Amino acid sequence: MSQRIYVPRDSFALALGADKIAAVIQNEIAARGLDALVVRNGSRGMAWLEPMVEVETAGGRIAYGPVTPADVASLFAAGLLEGGDHPLSLGDPEQIPFLKRQQRLTFARCGIIDPLSLEDYEAHGGLAGLRNALAMPPLEIVKQVTESGLRGRGGAGFPTGIKWQTVHDAKATQKYIVCNADEGDSGTFADRMIMEGDPFVLIEGMIIAGIATGATHGYVYIRSEYPEAIKVMEEAIGIARHAGLLGWNVLGSPNLFDMEVRVGAGAYVCGEETALLNSLEGKRGVVRAKPPLPAIEGLFGKPTVINNLISLASVPIILDKGGAYYRDFGMGRSRGTIPIQIAGNVRYGGLFEAAFGLTLGEIVNDIGGGTATGRPIKAVQVGGPLGAYFPEKLFDTQFDYEAFTAVGGLIGHAGIVVFDDTADMLHMARFAMEFCAIESCGKCTPCRIGSTRGVEVLDKVRAGIEPERNLALVTDLCNTMKFGSLCALGGFTPYPVMSALTHFPDDFRPQVLPVAAE
Amino acid sequence: MMQAAGTEVMQRITDVVDALKEKDGALLPILHGIQDEFGYVPDESVPVIADALNLSRADVHGVVTFYHDYRKHPAGRHVLKICRAEACQALGGQALAERAMALLGIGFHETTTDNAFTLEPTFCLGLCACAPAAMLDNQLIARFDETKLAEIVKEIRS
Repeated sequence: MSQRIYVPRDSFALALGADKIAAVIQNEIAARGLDALVVRNGSRGMAWLEPMVEVETAGGRIAYGPVTPADVASLFAAGLLEGGDHPLSLGDPEQIPFLKRQQRLTFARCGIIDPLSLEDYEAHGGLAGLRNALAMPPLEIVKQVTESGLRGRGGAGFPTGIKWQTVHDAKATQKYIVCNADEGDSGTFADRMIMEGDPFVLIEGMIIAGIATGATHGYVYIRSEYPEAIKVMEEAIGIARHAGLLGWNVLGSPNLFDMEVRVGAGAYVCGEETALLNSLEGKRGVVRAKPPLPAIEGLFGKPTVINNLISLASVPIILDKGGAYYRDFGMGRSRGTIPIQIAGNVRYGGLFEAAFGLTLGEIVNDIGGGTATGRPIKAVQVGGPLGAYFPEKLFDTQFDYEAFTAVGGLIGHAGIVVFDDTADMLHMARFAMEFCAIESCGKCTPCRIGSTRGVEVLDKVRAGIEPERNLALVTDLCNTMKFGSLCALGGFTPYPVMSALTHFPDDFRPQVLPVAAE
Repeated sequence: MMQAAGTEVMQRITDVVDALKEKDGALLPILHGIQDEFGYVPDESVPVIADALNLSRADVHGVVTFYHDYRKHPAGRHVLKICRAEACQALGGQALAERAMALLGIGFHETTTDNAFTLEPTFCLGLCACAPAAMLDNQLIARFDETKLAEIVKEIRS
């Protein structure tokens, strides 16, 4: 059998020239007459090492990175196929501390397998959860998910099992499974990595959700900013259909389930579940008032399970190993693992899946290695553009839904963005308001008008116009937005604004301009 | 000639609409299809789509204008999107965007007079651990910097 050389097709690697590297490697293989083939895998999630090339040797996999096309010839000269020594050699990738410290359940296969090979998927434990689910009554599947303690990984943290139970109990001629892959939060890329690195785990999770609740059709709503994820996902669905995994008789059972990809059109607010449903229906992505809950009246008015991608992709392991196995990871009411995404100005950025309970300081300093620029950390934004800015004094906060709420923040989709001491927090607060103004769906007044007024008032603060009075106005405005908005966009924009103001008040004071020396 | 060109455009619009109109919630897929075909959503397509989906023209117009992706006018030959979101800002994304504007002599949502570039902001390409990020047409670019920016501009202008 030909020896496998892995060159990721994950966007991290592609954006750093992986296609060119793969082509140069192909040329070297041909020129040297070697019996090797290039496999395009997903990413292991160590972004600072991308593009990371791996080779399968008799002694296991050996990694090299970050590789450029110009390095390829010297890699072969150093004996790449034998895992030969080279300045870029990283040894066994699983022994790299960043990867070794993780507890990979949802991302167990990501970066290891060929994402479009069902054989690879099954050889690494895929479909075991679905096979178990097919042998259970639907209510038992729901019970396993409830027992696992899995909560919505999109940010709201709503128990997944309860959602499923509601849809299971609803009587309707048609029900839907909708995967929210509109991963718009800055600092997040977990959904993208699954779609590009292990798409069958999402397909398997959605089939299980369908069988559990009686839904026969699924949609994956992917943002248009993810062209590679769209490509891989569509191809994977085609392969799954061809293999009898999707369609009339799922794996030979009497169950029907099929699914398709739908592409968003650049509206951040469509990550909000009811706006997403409107968008899927072909309407403006305007938020709906709740109730009715989507589980009762969702897509096209039918009962709908709408879950975040990571929630759905965590279902196969739960059905494979049992709800109790998953629940045994984590702390308090936050059970299982969470793929933490470490981004921004950080030395070791990437995806770190671990049980809940790490402290923010451990994540940013021990795992992330501090800033990329080498300067001191000033602030860390957790949970995307609607998440709070944390100063160093809150770094002992544990990564847990409740612990973050207690200190005026949220974990959101678990993205962490690090800023060094050059960050201007008044600018970041203004940006939060500006972003809300650009992305507001316009349905409710606090969000639509409040965000624009917020930008204006913060501009006055910047200009030194009655700063005290205007900061009081910002605080009041944030209060109105927080309690008066229909959804999290207007409701949570106050988190970054108020946390910046509370923890970094010096940045909001009028700047004393240095007097030029004559 | 005008008549012939107009007929051809209408035919292309109708082909896209006919291929997708039976889907549930067909409007977004149709608009994506139209934009893929023409590079923007021509005004002439709105009544055709409205008619096929039994919607009012106002409904279709409302959807076209709601979403940032749909263009009302053709873009330049190349579209350069620069990420404005927080993770990219943390590594100098804003300065880079300003540099691009200066280099191209345009602001966001504008096209250069030689029609070579349209510059657009984007909010997150999911490359946040390799920031700053950009996208040239469909090509993702991570660890974007002034050197890469200058290379792109030079290559396309030459």
